[in-house]
Amino acid sequence: MSPEVKPDYLISPEGLRNDGRRPDEMRPIEMKVGVLKQADGSASIRQGKTYIIAAVYGPRELHPRHLTQNDRAYLRVVYRMATFSVPDRKRPAPSRREKEISMVIANSLRPVIFLEEFPKSVIDVFVTVIQADGGTRCAAINAASLALADAGIPMRSLVPSVAVGKADGHLLVDLGDEEDKYGQGDIPMATIPHSDEIVLLQQDGSFTREEIMEAAQMGITSCKYLHELQKDALKLAYARKEGENGGDDDDDYEDDLEHDLGEAEIPGDD
Amino acid sequence: MGDWSSEVISHIDYDYVRDLLSRGERLDGRAFDEYRPIDIEVGVVPAKAEGSALVRIGNTSVVAGVKVLVGQPWPDNPDKGFVMVTAEMSPMASPLFELGPPKEGAIELARVVDRGVRESDTVDVSKLCILEGKHVYTIFADVYPLEYDGNLLDASSMAVNAALATTKYPEYKMEDDKLVKTENMISIPLENMAIEVTHSKIGDSLVVDPILKEEMVQNCRITIAVDENDKMTAMQKGGGIGPLTLDDLDAAMGVSIERTHDIMALIKEAVKSLK
Amino acid sequence: MALFFTKREIVVPGQLLAEGRYRADVGAYGKDEKVYSAVVGLAELRGNTVKVVPLQGVYIPSEGDLIIGKITIVAGNNWKVDLGSGPYLASLHANNALRRPYDDDISRYMGIGDVIVAEVSAFDRNSGPFLFMKGRGLQKLEGGMLMSINPAKVPRVIGRRGSMISMIKDLLRVQTVVGQNGIIWIRSRDPKIMRLAVKAFEMIEAEAHTSKLTDRVHDMLKEELKNLKGSIDEDDYPSDEDEGPPKDEAFEEAPVETEPEPEVESEPAPEPEPEVVPEDEPTETKEEPSEVEAKPDKAKAKPKKVEEKPEEKEVSEE
Repeated sequence: MSPEVKPDYLISPEGLRNDGRRPDEMRPIEMKVGVLKQADGSASIRQGKTYIIAAVYGPRELHPRHLTQNDRAYLRVVYRMATFSVPDRKRPAPSRREKEISMVIANSLRPVIFLEEFPKSVIDVFVTVIQADGGTRCAAINAASLALADAGIPMRSLVPSVAVGKADGHLLVDLGDEEDKYGQGDIPMATIPHSDEIVLLQQDGSFTREEIMEAAQMGITSCKYLHELQKDALKLAYARKEGENGGDDDDDYEDDLEHDLGEAEIPGDD
Repeated sequence: MGDWSSEVISHIDYDYVRDLLSRGERLDGRAFDEYRPIDIEVGVVPAKAEGSALVRIGNTSVVAGVKVLVGQPWPDNPDKGFVMVTAEMSPMASPLFELGPPKEGAIELARVVDRGVRESDTVDVSKLCILEGKHVYTIFADVYPLEYDGNLLDASSMAVNAALATTKYPEYKMEDDKLVKTENMISIPLENMAIEVTHSKIGDSLVVDPILKEEMVQNCRITIAVDENDKMTAMQKGGGIGPLTLDDLDAAMGVSIERTHDIMALIKEAVKSLK
Repeated sequence: MALFFTKREIVVPGQLLAEGRYRADVGAYGKDEKVYSAVVGLAELRGNTVKVVPLQGVYIPSEGDLIIGKITIVAGNNWKVDLGSGPYLASLHANNALRRPYDDDISRYMGIGDVIVAEVSAFDRNSGPFLFMKGRGLQKLEGGMLMSINPAKVPRVIGRRGSMISMIKDLLRVQTVVGQNGIIWIRSRDPKIMRLAVKAFEMIEAEAHTSKLTDRVHDMLKEELKNLKGSIDEDDYPSDEDEGPPKDEAFEEAPVETEPEPEVESEPAPEPEPEVVPEDEPTETKEEPSEVEAKPDKAKAKPKKVEEKPEEKEVSEE
């Protein structure tokens, strides 16, 4: 019921967007790690007005059993929007859109997780969109990969994600809701930063071949920026727990590191 | 929700909780009639929800959001709008909550919270009518648990009440037989408020605001909704099949009335903070 | 050859740690002559091996681990044991817990909801861990309370050569067993003392990767004990007679050698500990059939930690 009106223009004569951003400028982003106590790992992200929480459980026993994979863990992602996260109330039952987005999120995270370390088990990722203002699947991936890391799941990399789109003929990164609704197209993508490989790619709208290539390049650049934010958020979460005294002369401490906990043996990747 | 009688509880946990209670102590050191710290934050979904609140009770937390839509009235109540409360047990909130369509426990949670709001006439639905038989305001309050460490019911009840109390939505008018949105932002016509207070019966003891470890070993739970006039407006015995005595019920009502006063004060304070 | 981290730096998945002839060990992986972190943790270099000590994670069993688990299924001659963390349900075969012959109905000895201390005797990721429960300190737990922490923090709870756990035990005079799977059993007569122990373990979990933690936990406990003083009768401690040693269930005591004692500073250490059964202690314990009762008396004679004593129960026929 909130008023939603099509703006007169999406790009001003000065080349700025409705909210004053430059075409290649992200919205303000805040990521937090370890926001839920019951989950094995968790993270939240605020990106503009979009607000999402991700929780990870596992690896744990898989139910129902028919989903079991004998040589690896099953990564299960459930993306849900709260009924009140959008202008019109969303119906509580999962929609086809939510199911598809759950799948593409899972497919963008699977390549980086050492799933083979935990055969027969499941790693659950639950994403709840508390407030939706464009870019929720990408924000969900940003938060989910932080939650996975927070759960101690071994991964090749964090996965940053951003949508690049087009409005009034300009390519824009990190589309807001209006730009998404009234613009000419949208390309959500996610990357593995140290190799620039693309793990999520969707497109709608109308783009030329050249525009797609340019948009993808903008996306990769923005993902590098997002990756820095992700790393900072993770490190902050663990550094924050560090006590007042960061003294370096603790023998105990040294010794504890010697312990082999029987953690996952991570094999070489090559 | 909160019927964990089919889970395997370790004998050690079971005995420990009960043994402590028999000595007059709770696991976390609280008095039997004492809540964990309660934190109520309103306006947490400011851009999309008409009203919202995040409530924490200890390590349990829920978020509730309100949507106000203009819709058709029920045929049997053509001059009244309506309020509907839903809640689910999102698997995000606990390893005990399973994926899939709402199960009995989630439905009970939603219905009990809904009953607390509905039976107390929290909202004066006769003031939600725009055009009799045609257009009324319909109010949906939906609850999502984020962290479950016991007592989702009371957290949900608080969150719904706080969200309703902070809801602002555009007023609609009939002009020339047409429904028009005005610039005017209005509040929900709140008449009464009822807060649900849950107790666990464990052994011979009755404790308020159970944590998960207490729910796990309870004989049963009793939830009592108390309104602004100290009247009971809804009750539910659940969470196990253990019986209650009349003395239990009387004691639970006494504690519920007292705690409701405290909780209402907290909600009013939170609502004021937004204004 | 280049290193891209400082000692004990907190690193995150995908972070480049080294380039050149380095080898990736646990918590790290190698690709194209480069070593990256795979987890959030503290990066360490040993020789030319790079590893990352994880700060989070579920329990992945390892042979020799001492665990605390809850029996959730009794099936034939096997108990299935919930380890509370991780994807694997553990199995304990009656032959590895009872002395033969034993009753066909093994739930007579241990049933659903019972909590045990056992050792992981074998593990692979496909069939899950197998447990062994013959040996000193390996037994069904009675009384006390349970709490759980993230298994990645267990080494810190134990501390260097058991320093942390011994400090806590000495200060609070509680009995405690720390399972590698993150489950901790605590027993004291005084609930306030148990709550203090819980507070200490929670503090260690929250600040596991900080320095001088042993000192800070010590100071915290001292302070809290001071506050408690008066409300506690010091004489209460020594013997927990009322809780006595576990009732006669029916476990065979294996010969002493089984004692999980190998790596000094690692896990199992805490409970089977020295105080339990000094070397000179008569060994009526092992192997001899009968005398379930023998123990209790001796136990009482001993100053404390009675029940940590192995149970020298005899199964045989009943």
